[in-house]
Amino acid sequence: MQKRRGATQAEVPAASSLRSTMTSTPFSRARDQLGDAQLVELYRQMMLIRRFEEKCQEMYTRAKIGGFLHLYVGEEATGVGAISNLQSQDHIFTHYRDHGHAIARGLNIDELMAELFGKDTGTSHGMGGSMHFADITKNFWGGYAIVGSHLLLAAGVALACQMQKTNGVVMVFFGDGATNGGEFYESLNFAQLWKLPVVFVCENNLYAMGTPIEVHSSVKEIYRKASAFDMKAMRIDGNDVLTVREQVAEAVEYARSGQGPVLVEAMTYRFRGHSAQDTQKYRSKEDVEQHRSNDPVLIFRKELIDAGVSSAADIDALDAVIDEQVEASVRFADESPVPGNEWLTDSGIYAAPLATATVDPDLV
Amino acid sequence: MPVLTVREALQQALHEAMADERTFIIGEDIGHYGSTYGVTAGFLEKYGPERIRDAPIAEAGIVGLAVGAAMAGMRPIAEIMSVNFSLLAFDMIINHAAKIYSMFGGKFSVPLVMRTTNGWTQLSATHSQTFDSMFAHIPGLKVVAPATPADMKGLFRAAMADPDPVIFIEHTLMYGIKGEVPDGDYIVPIGKSVLAREGRHITVVTYSRMVHLSLQAADILAKEGIEVEIVDLRTLRPLDMSIALESFKKTNRAVVVTEDWQSYGTSAEIATRLYEQGFDYLDAPIQRVNFREVPMPYAKNLEQQVVVTTDRIVAAIKKVLNRS
Ligand SMILES: Cc1ncc(C[n+]2csc(CCOP(=O)(O)OP(=O)(O)O)c2C)c(N)n1
Ligand SMILES: [Mg+2]
Repeated sequence: MQKRRGATQAEVPAASSLRSTMTSTPFSRARDQLGDAQLVELYRQMMLIRRFEEKCQEMYTRAKIGGFLHLYVGEEATGVGAISNLQSQDHIFTHYRDHGHAIARGLNIDELMAELFGKDTGTSHGMGGSMHFADITKNFWGGYAIVGSHLLLAAGVALACQMQKTNGVVMVFFGDGATNGGEFYESLNFAQLWKLPVVFVCENNLYAMGTPIEVHSSVKEIYRKASAFDMKAMRIDGNDVLTVREQVAEAVEYARSGQGPVLVEAMTYRFRGHSAQDTQKYRSKEDVEQHRSNDPVLIFRKELIDAGVSSAADIDALDAVIDEQVEASVRFADESPVPGNEWLTDSGIYAAPLATATVDPDLV
Repeated sequence: MPVLTVREALQQALHEAMADERTFIIGEDIGHYGSTYGVTAGFLEKYGPERIRDAPIAEAGIVGLAVGAAMAGMRPIAEIMSVNFSLLAFDMIINHAAKIYSMFGGKFSVPLVMRTTNGWTQLSATHSQTFDSMFAHIPGLKVVAPATPADMKGLFRAAMADPDPVIFIEHTLMYGIKGEVPDGDYIVPIGKSVLAREGRHITVVTYSRMVHLSLQAADILAKEGIEVEIVDLRTLRPLDMSIALESFKKTNRAVVVTEDWQSYGTSAEIATRLYEQGFDYLDAPIQRVNFREVPMPYAKNLEQQVVVTTDRIVAAIKKVLNRS
């Protein structure tokens, strides 16, 4: 049976063995369990996502990046906290808002920036762009752009994990808007019916594009949708990285132990538009500003300094390293070659191109 | 060589496929019910529920889970009871199975086989359609529609060995058709057409069940001294026109017979290729025989006028021959 190569990102030990006590907080428990260096690592991932995406916006404005660009700014705590519970044999599927999950899984930001620039050195050779980052060496199966669709593929990989007895868990990210379509319900039914090891993480950022949740969903508490399938579910604060980590750990353990899937609803908020072209007429500046004042990255940064996990100077130095890495990714992407025209032939479309061409050679 | 029905040939191919530990079958009523068309009858008892997965009525889910499992190293067979129901899985087929290889830069593929059936018998408008051209329209898919028991087995084996998604189109009215089938490992490559009958006056280009009707038409015409050559395409994507063109260059006349609607259907593509690549050899306009372009009526007298019959094929051939 096929085994996938493992992830190379810094692995953070599972938080599941934690027991809450009256006095402890997610922060104190995580600090006890992980140690200071790992807390800083979680911060590093969040800030790397933030700076990478701010650079993406800049490059989009300068027309280095085309197409759709959906930024994760504001939602970093959910992706980083949730993914920190995964091991190398675990799998990730996500939607078009995929930059954060890719970086949290440890994908190489040079290759990610190159993908955005449409370069051959990109994670998908420039064939996918912003919405389709993938890296099979890290079991990161990609971002998918048909809302709700990838939940079924995730359930399929979970079925493979179950049949191959890999002990792997599949984590799949999607938005609140994705929970109204049939594919969501089909995937929940299949997963619960067959006790598939899937952790469904709904990033409830209160909007599907510009449509508020009150307008798009008959049930506003998304996690309750799992009850139709007798599925375990939880609603969590998606803006606190350590809360996310602790609670999702429980879901991952549950799925891994063979008890079945879990639906996690992480309450979060995106600070930027739905995509780079969004003028955001559907929400007020004040609303956005209010959420921005509770920026999950900056709050965690402050917590680390206040608790003495790291000094302000050390964090500043870390930020500077991140900035330099992001700059380097732009240079790498800029200097990389574009993909060749072989992608326009059958060999770009099929793993096994056949003697009979399907592509008209005159058009190539 | 043993003579088998299409059903038996497929059963043999499926059992051979199940020898691979990675293979499982997922579909509606494939196990407990005993299989809609009898192809997987007895499989549940032999292989167990882990590998013969009776699925809920959720076509997107059936194909979607199979796509995911295929990506992760399994070799699933997804069965969609009737091609009419595949419409509910088109997102999985077209946006996912067909795209994943190229969209992610060739880093992983989807070795999925999706079996499904064309067919009609007073089933009315929603249960009598064929969507061959919709599948064959899509870069990234491979589409086969075999006609004989031997090709059923051989192409199924090829489909299972292929790293790309293959749509395997069967026909409810063909399961009882008999023919010789080689024992053991027998593989017919995807993307290769074949001569089904030799003749020198006119070329019929066709596939799937229409091969059999065209053969009947040829028998009738043979009594009148008309020798019909029949090309069985077998694969619709990639489309191998080499044998059809060779034949056309000899006969200079062609009829295209397909069991779908004419407008934008598979016969449009086939005829266009003959025109584009065989124009200099053309002695008469190409005729097409297809479904009449209406939603399928239930009433038998009307249904008979919509479907392709041997008589209609004979008439089309005569029409082309009389022009020159
Ligand atoms: C099937 C489908 N319908 C519509 C769209 C267009 N679309 C892209 S994202 C989106 C909103 C999705 O909102 P949500 O699921 O809440 O995720 P978020 O973008 O908020 O993270 C829409 C309507 C699409 N990509 N796919
Ligand atoms: Mg949303």
